[in-house]
Amino acid sequence: MSDFTDRRSVLGLLARSPAELLAERFAALNETPPFTWLRRPETGMVMLRARIGGDGAQFNLGEMTLTRCALRLSGGAVGVGAVRGRSVRQAEVIALCDALLQQAETAPRVQKEVIAPLASAEQARHTLRAAEVAASRVDFFTLVRGED
Amino acid sequence: MRAPLELDLSHMQPGFADPVHDGQACFRALLEALARPGRITALDAHLTLPAPPPGIGAAQLAILLALADQDTAVWIAPELRNAAAGHYLRFHCGCALATTLAEAHFVVIGTPDELPALDALRLGDPAFPDRSATLLLEVAELHSTGDLSLRGPGIEHTQTLGVGGWNAAATAFVQENQRRFPLGVDTMLCCGTRIAGLPRTTLITEGA
Repeated sequence: MSDFTDRRSVLGLLARSPAELLAERFAALNETPPFTWLRRPETGMVMLRARIGGDGAQFNLGEMTLTRCALRLSGGAVGVGAVRGRSVRQAEVIALCDALLQQAETAPRVQKEVIAPLASAEQARHTLRAAEVAASRVDFFTLVRGED
Repeated sequence: MRAPLELDLSHMQPGFADPVHDGQACFRALLEALARPGRITALDAHLTLPAPPPGIGAAQLAILLALADQDTAVWIAPELRNAAAGHYLRFHCGCALATTLAEAHFVVIGTPDELPALDALRLGDPAFPDRSATLLLEVAELHSTGDLSLRGPGIEHTQTLGVGGWNAAATAFVQENQRRFPLGVDTMLCCGTRIAGLPRTTLITEGA
């Protein structure tokens, strides 16, 4: 399991996690800190840039709906949240988790109650998917063509 | 060239409380101000203005929040670029901060003494005179009476205006700008939360 210690990978994990699981883990955390919005949740489009192969040129894959927000806890920690789709609540929860992770006193609990379970759930999803794909695996091999 | 600067969120302040409606109300007030040059409009009568970061006026900030986005480069004084003002604009407007006046669509000036040379600004070209800069000029005082006399489209006879810190160079700047019509910049005089439009069509004379 990759470790989720830097902000970038944590925000990625939070954004990729299923909404119900995120809501459940956040509820278990039982933290409702007062905060002010720096940027209220807003839904818009982002252009996804992609590349085929390591040396391919970048191209525009298409646009994706994205909801983002930014907030500040009363303690001063700033959290940002961005999530695929239109769920305002999901973006808010991600921003709250991000902000709580910036505070030394709440960070360990968020790591334990939210990040670790989400990371293992993601690992489980990947393993399951790999198993599903493996079942339909086809091995190609070269037939002896009888020339020699 | 734009310097890639790390965005500092630790001291970030909120933008418009209601981005859509506040932006629309601000836009409407700006239209009104440009349609009636020299007539003073209190922006805070139309919308709630967010508290500006140091170096930018409340009205200047509201105008940028309403109009600036990723397609418009904003010029602010170099010392403000990596300060709260620069970070605020990049976060809330998503705009690039211009390093030269020539590439700026909006030019934020703190006092008439700091007015740049007219030719340093984007004046548009004859086929597209709209591709020009808008000047947001902060002034110390703004009164509907004073020694500036304005004439031109949108003014029935003459409109008087008193501007704190105004000088002969500023008058020359506006007069030269008017002579370049249809090219030139449009100016918005800002004084705290109040604004007065000074489009490129307005003729200005001192000592009414």
